[in-house]
Amino acid sequence: MKILPPVSIEARRLLPSRWDLLAAVMVLGFIVAFADASRLLVQPLASISGNNLDLDPANLPGYALRTGLRMLLAMGLSLAFTFTYATWAAKNPRAGHLLVPLLDILQSVPVLGFLSVTVVWFLSLSPGRIFGAELACVFAIFTSQAWNMAFSFYQSLRTVPEDLTEAGRMFGLSAWARFWRIEAPFAMPPLIWNMMVSMSGGWFFVTLSEAISVGQTSIALPGIGSYIAVAIAQQDMTAILYAIMAMLVVILIYDQLLFRPLVAWADRFRVGDEQSETPPKSWVFDMLRRSRLIDWMTAPFDQMMRWSYRFQPPSFGVRAGFRDADSKLGDIVWYAILAVLGLYAFFRISAFAYLNLAWSDLFTAFGLGCITMLRVVVLIALASLIWTPIGIYVGLRPRLTRIVQPVAQFFAAFPANILFPLAVSLIVFWSLNPDIWLSPLMVLGTQWYILFNVIGGASTIPKELLDAGDNFGVRGWLWWKKIALPAVFPHYLTGAITASGGTWNASIVAEVANWGDTKLRAHGLGAYIADATQAGDFRLVVLGIAVMAFFVVVVNRLFWQPLYWYAERKYRLTS
Amino acid sequence: MTNLLEVRNVKRTFPRGSGEELLVLDDVNMTLKEGEIVGLLGRSGSGKSTLLRLIAGLAQPQGGSLTYMGAPIEGPAQGVAMVFQGFALFPWMTVLENVELGLEALGLPQAEIRSRALAAIDLIGLDGYESAYPRELSGGMRQRVGFARAVVVHPNILLMDEPFSALDVLTAENLRTDLVELWGNGKLPIKGIMLVTHNIEEAVLMCDRVLLFSSNPARVSAEVVINLPQPRDRTSPQFEDYVDRIYVEMTAKRIERMRQAHSATGTNMELAHVSPNQISGLIEALAAAPYDGKADLPDIAYEQELEVDELFPVAEAMQLLRLADVEGGDIKLTHMGKRFADSEMNDRKEIFSRALMSYVPLAAHIRKVLDERTSHSAPKTRFLDELEDHMAEDTAEETLKTVVSWARFAELFSYDDDAASFSLENPT
Repeated sequence: MKILPPVSIEARRLLPSRWDLLAAVMVLGFIVAFADASRLLVQPLASISGNNLDLDPANLPGYALRTGLRMLLAMGLSLAFTFTYATWAAKNPRAGHLLVPLLDILQSVPVLGFLSVTVVWFLSLSPGRIFGAELACVFAIFTSQAWNMAFSFYQSLRTVPEDLTEAGRMFGLSAWARFWRIEAPFAMPPLIWNMMVSMSGGWFFVTLSEAISVGQTSIALPGIGSYIAVAIAQQDMTAILYAIMAMLVVILIYDQLLFRPLVAWADRFRVGDEQSETPPKSWVFDMLRRSRLIDWMTAPFDQMMRWSYRFQPPSFGVRAGFRDADSKLGDIVWYAILAVLGLYAFFRISAFAYLNLAWSDLFTAFGLGCITMLRVVVLIALASLIWTPIGIYVGLRPRLTRIVQPVAQFFAAFPANILFPLAVSLIVFWSLNPDIWLSPLMVLGTQWYILFNVIGGASTIPKELLDAGDNFGVRGWLWWKKIALPAVFPHYLTGAITASGGTWNASIVAEVANWGDTKLRAHGLGAYIADATQAGDFRLVVLGIAVMAFFVVVVNRLFWQPLYWYAERKYRLTS
Repeated sequence: MTNLLEVRNVKRTFPRGSGEELLVLDDVNMTLKEGEIVGLLGRSGSGKSTLLRLIAGLAQPQGGSLTYMGAPIEGPAQGVAMVFQGFALFPWMTVLENVELGLEALGLPQAEIRSRALAAIDLIGLDGYESAYPRELSGGMRQRVGFARAVVVHPNILLMDEPFSALDVLTAENLRTDLVELWGNGKLPIKGIMLVTHNIEEAVLMCDRVLLFSSNPARVSAEVVINLPQPRDRTSPQFEDYVDRIYVEMTAKRIERMRQAHSATGTNMELAHVSPNQISGLIEALAAAPYDGKADLPDIAYEQELEVDELFPVAEAMQLLRLADVEGGDIKLTHMGKRFADSEMNDRKEIFSRALMSYVPLAAHIRKVLDERTSHSAPKTRFLDELEDHMAEDTAEETLKTVVSWARFAELFSYDDDAASFSLENPT
């Protein structure tokens, strides 16, 4: 299975196209609209269940259940989004022009950004009740999960082997049937991998999404995330440990009951000749497969799907698949709508900026962005130096791989907040510079993607290449330089691109660390957005989001994308 | 007899980089009658697969008409099934599920689907493999699944796109004879078969009629009716006569065109990818006994285990470089070719280099540009753009790639893929 980075790598040009600009304007316009609306809406309520969250560990199972359900709900939404948005983007070239860059921009907007501008609106949906807050929370988790899944699915849909789709058409499968019987199965293994990544992402931001604090609005929904937030506020170390354990249990349950069965099930959708050496196993999956119960339960659904395949849309069989001659009129209408929308968004943004922002604000945000960028660069470089050799070492040893992968997966889900007590104590005790020593928290969750991908790459190096190296006595530094590193390079890049994007996102929780009353602040764009959110200053929130998205997209386009294609051309082992 | 299929004046073009259209099928006419196996024989890139896709309704022509059972083809039609070169089996479905797929799409009752699928599996010799996944099967068994999947829908027309070319020689022959036997016994619920192939013997072995495709643009250049009873014997003189005849038909026109093309010169000549090693190899084989410089094309193809698709481009490259003469189904080394065969490596490079400069205008052109520039280097795009004025993008790429590999052998100039630039320097 080839894992692609969750950014658009399709376009091989450096300069932004009109579509990139339009996408940027639309996302920013959307955020501005929400921010404006939020300021106008009466700040509805001071707090929901603020501090009456109980740190008694007996409550934890209940909290864990709630958190787990929110994650599941958000995952369901992400899947629904993936199946619709990505399919639309892949199937309709007209829409794809815009939807792909749009996704690019969306995934570069920090999670807190979506939350801070929408929470007031969500709360206004059901004033005074918890429902709106729950919606806001699920939406926040959704925004930390959906984008990479959609990218993965889109990229899969674009690479379905042509003879498979042709065979489907030859045998009279309708577009609907082809989607469920050919395209979706083909896209399944990478999608499930991305679901696991997304789950980790959701956990990383769990405190942020449950203990929402925007301006005067402060909400702490019962759940593990809020539990951690309260424990940090009360400096309760034991409670933190309990929370870690509860998290571990929930993650394990998810792994055993959901992901492992899914991975075992999806193994059949691999395209390729070789039997996987160690087919993924799952006791739950085996049990489900053997029991009649599950057959009996899914049979009606199965029957329904089969029945639905028979419907041929009226257009099918007449000129199916010859969409290239789409009507000129449709084009005109579509582009006109987009142009109007884009202009409107641009107008909103300009008005917003003109009324609220001074040039000095922009310079401040930009300067802070440079500081955070420096951090990201240094941290990714350090993480690469550490994890690439380790990943290669592990990847070449299948038994070790099986042990390391799940452990690393858990660490990837580890929220940064949990390490706050440790980080803050150490920094205060040694009187260290927070600008430097808070930074490692940023790669806490994201460095693992480098490890995962390098392990994956190393385990697929053809045995013959390694044997050839041994045969010629290539060892030591020469072995690393000439064999191991080039062989994993494309995989490493996928990991590094994922990690880089995630690290930007994590700066919001990592550049500001609290432990009780001690508040440490590093200079950076993440802290800037976090502070502005705390203060409920929407103009700075919007500015911060826009600048961060700009940095992420520019770094991706100017640095990662060219490097990715270079690696694809030069180092991809086609075996 | 009724016509299952009629193709009239069909034209198909592909858009080209420069905005012009590239003609891949021009004025193609053919029919398929009930009870016939018709072969489309041509080289890769000759458009025969494109025609098959038009018939399958997977693409639309830009001109002309395709009629299936009297109705125009406007999409994948019921009753037309296809067997794919790369099998195109769904790896996540078992053999049985793969075979049942087409029946499910027809919306038949479950019981009938099952019984028909099992019958087809039985007929094609897949008994016992029903619950296997494709990746567990050998290539031959996989293609049997491909056949079963196509046969099970009881198609009127079975389209086969080089169905045996991904298989090893023994497996392919086994599958061919099985298929011909089933067809001969009338056991296949099929009315007519179209076979796309580049294997001349395969076409003579299986088909009632063979349509020869010439390329650039593709059109049907000749029709050969194979009047031999089934089962056919590859070693019989009549069989060999048919094979010889088709060889001559397929080479004559192209070589003639090439001869004319040189005199016209110009850098717009398309070059198929042939490596200098293949050329050297064929020259050596020709120079050695029993050929002593001259060979019958079918013979040498057989001896060297070369498919037509492999042999023809090499023979043509040799013709182009004046290392050999191809005429009337024979290939004969020229004086230069013989000298090449007798030489050591360095002299061979010298001969090759001179041939490139004299007979491959593009190579001479690149060399000239590099000589004239003070930097002695030039970007790839400079020449690629020139080529793309005359040919499709991928053809231009291939032409340039071919010239690079020839020039590297001849040490005429060098090419750095990272920098995408030509230069006169080699690493020192």
